[in-house]
Amino acid sequence: MANEITAPLPGKIIRLDIEPGTSIEQETEIMVIEAMKMETIVYAPCDGVIEKVMKKPGDEVEEGDLIATVA
Amino acid sequence: MINNLYSLLNTTGFVHLTPGMIVMWCIGLILIYLAIKKQYEPLLLLPIGFGILLVNLPLSGLMEPDVGLLWKFYHYGIHWEIIPPLIFLGIGAFTDFGPLLANPRLIFLGAGAQAGVYLTFFAAHAMGYNIMEAATIGMIGGADGPTTIFISSKLAPQLLGACAVAAYSYMAMVPIIQPPIMRLMTTKAERKIKMAKPRPVSKREKMLFPIVSTFLIILLIPASAPLIAMLMLGNLFRESGVVERLKGAAQNELMNIVTIFLGLPIGATMHADIFLQPKVLFIFVLGLIAFILSTMTGLLLAKLMNLFSKEKINPLLGAAGVSAVPMAARVVHKVGIEADKRNYLIMYAMGPNVAGVIGTVIAAGIFITLLAP
Repeated sequence: MANEITAPLPGKIIRLDIEPGTSIEQETEIMVIEAMKMETIVYAPCDGVIEKVMKKPGDEVEEGDLIATVA
Repeated sequence: MINNLYSLLNTTGFVHLTPGMIVMWCIGLILIYLAIKKQYEPLLLLPIGFGILLVNLPLSGLMEPDVGLLWKFYHYGIHWEIIPPLIFLGIGAFTDFGPLLANPRLIFLGAGAQAGVYLTFFAAHAMGYNIMEAATIGMIGGADGPTTIFISSKLAPQLLGACAVAAYSYMAMVPIIQPPIMRLMTTKAERKIKMAKPRPVSKREKMLFPIVSTFLIILLIPASAPLIAMLMLGNLFRESGVVERLKGAAQNELMNIVTIFLGLPIGATMHADIFLQPKVLFIFVLGLIAFILSTMTGLLLAKLMNLFSKEKINPLLGAAGVSAVPMAARVVHKVGIEADKRNYLIMYAMGPNVAGVIGTVIAAGIFITLLAP
């Protein structure tokens, strides 16, 4: 079953550590979003392997925007 | 010949130095050090520190009424109440009130954190400060520099330097002062509470907010008008979307210019003879207490609200009710993440945080209404 990684807060993606094929575990660092002049580390919500990545560093995201899918 | 040499020596500052001045040099240098090395509010502490050095150089005349350069900055900038409202114009242009509009009940947290202001006001008055000085000292608890300066210039100009430095130092120390209190007063389970996803806020709401608030707040507390007017004008620049240039100027050029003219004269009010008195130095103790009390009452109010509401609030948000924007919100976020790595509180914390700015201005307006000569 595919899981989704969504942006937990609005801001700008300044680092993205995942690409298709990256395997992740719950609570590993997957990206950094800058909001309110603060860099917020985002942790993986689940275990799995990244299937597709929809965003790239530099993108502005809204809360709830789809970032990647996990197989 | 000896006499000539002597009078020549007398024209230099050296013979007029006092031990107090040298103590003030050290304080000025410490502020400059903290600004450069630790990056504690460098935009303000750097010019303030330099201002302290300047005013404690004898015979410079920089603060001599009507003549001195720094006196002119102080008189026409701060005493005439021009600079703090201009800073608020910039803050308004920077501030997104969206998180507050999305979750309006969080405004109570911004109001609750002002309790520390009032508690300290009574405490300071009981300890022998006159009523106007007490109000100014209490204001430090709101953790808002320009508002503290504003009220101080109106009610207790003799304490302005100390109060401003206390307010800015504690703002810089928000990440050190607040977390232990937050951990002490909340359980881990409470810190893990996830906030419900906020409702979307429309462009129109954001645009109407500064206009409606201006009417409401100024009609209620006319004395808050200078700060609220500029804050909301700046915010209207931002949300209207049609005056990007004005928004940019308020946020950047104007803000930077007035920051220079704010810091230097504040430092210049801190002459050794005025500053090195127990009564003035004790302000730092009272200010810290005010700030701790504000943090505590914010947390307690959030817990109280949870007793009555179905949708629980993460009580950490209460600590963001002090108006140090966005430091207090960042601290809430960090303490929240410690409890649960997937609890992202920053945007929710901005709600009470921006409400805290308004709350502090209103508290100042009330004091000025009741106490101004």
